[in-house]
Order: sequence, then C-alpha cells, then structure tokens
Amino acid sequence: MEHMGIEPGRLQFSWISSAESTKFVKVVKEVTETIKSLGPRKHFIKTEAKVA
Amino acid sequence: MLEYTEKIREISQKLLKDSKVDMVIGFRKGTVPMMNEPTFIRNANEVGQLIWDSNCGINLANYLTGRKEKIGIVAKGCDSRNIVVHLVENKVNRDNLHIIGVPCKGMIDRRKIGVIYGEEILNVVEDGEKIVVEGDGDEKVYDKKDVLQENCAICIHRNPVIYDELVADLVEEQKDVDRYEDVRKIESMPPDEKWAYFEGLLKNCIRCYACRNACPLCYCPTCFVDESRPQWVGKSIDPVDTRTFHFLRAYHCAGRCTDCGACERVCPVGINVRAFTKKLEKDVKELYDWEIGLDPNVRPPLDVYKTQDPEDFIK
Repeated sequence: MEHMGIEPGRLQFSWISSAESTKFVKVVKEVTETIKSLGPRKHFIKTEAKVA
Repeated sequence: MLEYTEKIREISQKLLKDSKVDMVIGFRKGTVPMMNEPTFIRNANEVGQLIWDSNCGINLANYLTGRKEKIGIVAKGCDSRNIVVHLVENKVNRDNLHIIGVPCKGMIDRRKIGVIYGEEILNVVEDGEKIVVEGDGDEKVYDKKDVLQENCAICIHRNPVIYDELVADLVEEQKDVDRYEDVRKIESMPPDEKWAYFEGLLKNCIRCYACRNACPLCYCPTCFVDESRPQWVGKSIDPVDTRTFHFLRAYHCAGRCTDCGACERVCPVGINVRAFTKKLEKDVKELYDWEIGLDPNVRPPLDVYKTQDPEDFIK
C-alpha cells in the first residue's frame, strides 16, 4: 500500500492475543496518535457520482 | 527462433498420431501483424497451423486450468514456470501433460515497434536477430534486442524449467540483469509522488479485465470484482475502484507471479500493469529469497510457516 502512495503509518499491523489487554491499549493509543498526526486521509475517498 | 516451427509441428503431429495427447496447445498466426493467437490442435492434419516466432508472448499455461484430458503444450520459459505454479496449486495433473519446451530469446513488444515505426504496420518479418517492418512507410529494420518486451529484456529464465522434450538446444540465460530498477525508482519517490505515479498509470484503464483474463494465476471461479454479494469493489470507473481492482489483483498474485508479462501485453490501452506485480515479486525475493515456478516439489513461502519467517511488520 505504501508503495503506491499511502502515507507510511496509515496502515498498521499488529498481533495481539485476547489475553494481552495492556498491549491492545498500547497499540490502539499508538495507532491513534500516528493517524492523528498524519491528519485526515487524502486518498481512497470516493465521492458521489456526478449526475448531469 | 523461426526454425522452431517445424520442430513443434513435427512433435505435435507425432503426439497426436500416436494418441499420446488429446490436443496440443500452441500458437497460430494472428489476423494482424505481431499478434499470434493461442490455438488448440486436436487433429494431426491441423498441425500446419502451429507456428513459432517472436510474437508468442501470451502465456499458454492459462489454458490448462482444471483440464482433465491429455494435453501437449508448447512452453517457453515463463509458460513452463506457470505450469509449475499450476502443478503446485493442483490445477492440473503432471501425468496429463506433455510439455514441449521452447528455449526462448524474448518476445517483441508490438507497441514499442508501433511507436518507433509511426505508420500503419502491415507485415513484420523476422530474420535472426533483426525485425523487418513493412507498412505504409518505408521498410525498416530493427535490432530485436531493442524492441523486446520489458519483461523479456530482464528475463533470467528463458529456458523451460520443466519439459518432456525440447524443440532446440537450451539458450544461454541472461546474467547480471538488474531486474528491479523500475521498482526501486518508485520506492525512492515520496508518498505523494508515488500516488500521482499510479494515478497517471491507471488513468486510461477501462476496466476491461483483459489483464486478469490473460493471467494464468487468475483462475478463481468468481473473481472478486465480479462478486456482488458482498460487493468487494465498485464496478464504476471511479479512480478509487480502478485502483482497488489493480492493487488487489496484484496481491492475489503475490509470490505466484512469474513476470510473464501477459497482463501488460494484452492491455488495450497500454498500462504498465507489471508496476504492481513486480513490487510484490521483489518483496518476496528479498523477504523469502524465493522465485516462483522453478520446482514443483517445493511449497511457496506464503503457503508454509517457518520459524525464521520475517515478522518485522507486525508490532
């Protein structure tokens, strides 16, 4: 995805077991912060089809 | 390569006469220059149709999917690698195949020739390493190496990797080829530029799905783009939908694509479809040191778990 122009950090992967609640919270916080700092997305926005 | 034709006909005739195979899949001359088409020969007296020249770029492995009869198939390097993929993915049975191996020296790019010739092309003749183009303009002669398809110019598996008999001696493989120059160029761009690059690449796409249809890897009974419950991707020509189609298709080919160039060759508007698949090919090579379609007895990396699999992308 980054190869075709999605900003680095917009897409993230994680592996969290259902027993790892603290890790889950940590990852969610990190992801939220990264995404907030990137600002609103610019790509993959589909606008309504224009009708003549 | 022209001398291969006689040999292909001879082998096919023998196979069909002895009932070793029910049909032979090969190429016949197309109706327009530089466009040979696949053909299915079922009678020994039809083998005269079969030909071989530098316009046999379509990947014939595409026609093997799910076939149960005995088949003789003409296979150059990339076709043979895709036959291996089919074997690995249980799409065809090795015992049903008689592979007629064709050592290949690359296919010519009809678009490249069309552009440099500039006029309507009426006939293209091959003479060894020279390509003679006749048409509305003057007769011109080009060096074959200058008009090769891009994927052929950087090909490192010209010889069939699997075959039952060969039509000629194996050719020398290209060495010291930089396979990923174009991918690195894109990788070095900043995100916005990357986005713009692919936007420009796809702006002419008419979503005809020729790339998918020509691809030997794309054999799902229902493709995700045709599915309507759920509908994975919009069917409009909205740039978002078009891009979704292209990158998802490329992902489905991750670790499977042999860079045969069929997708690019068949594209009616000349999109460099390989820009998507090649990045994945490069990643698989770097992460797993893997090249697909070389050995039918080894499972591909995305198929098996190994403790040393890279996992840096997971937090």
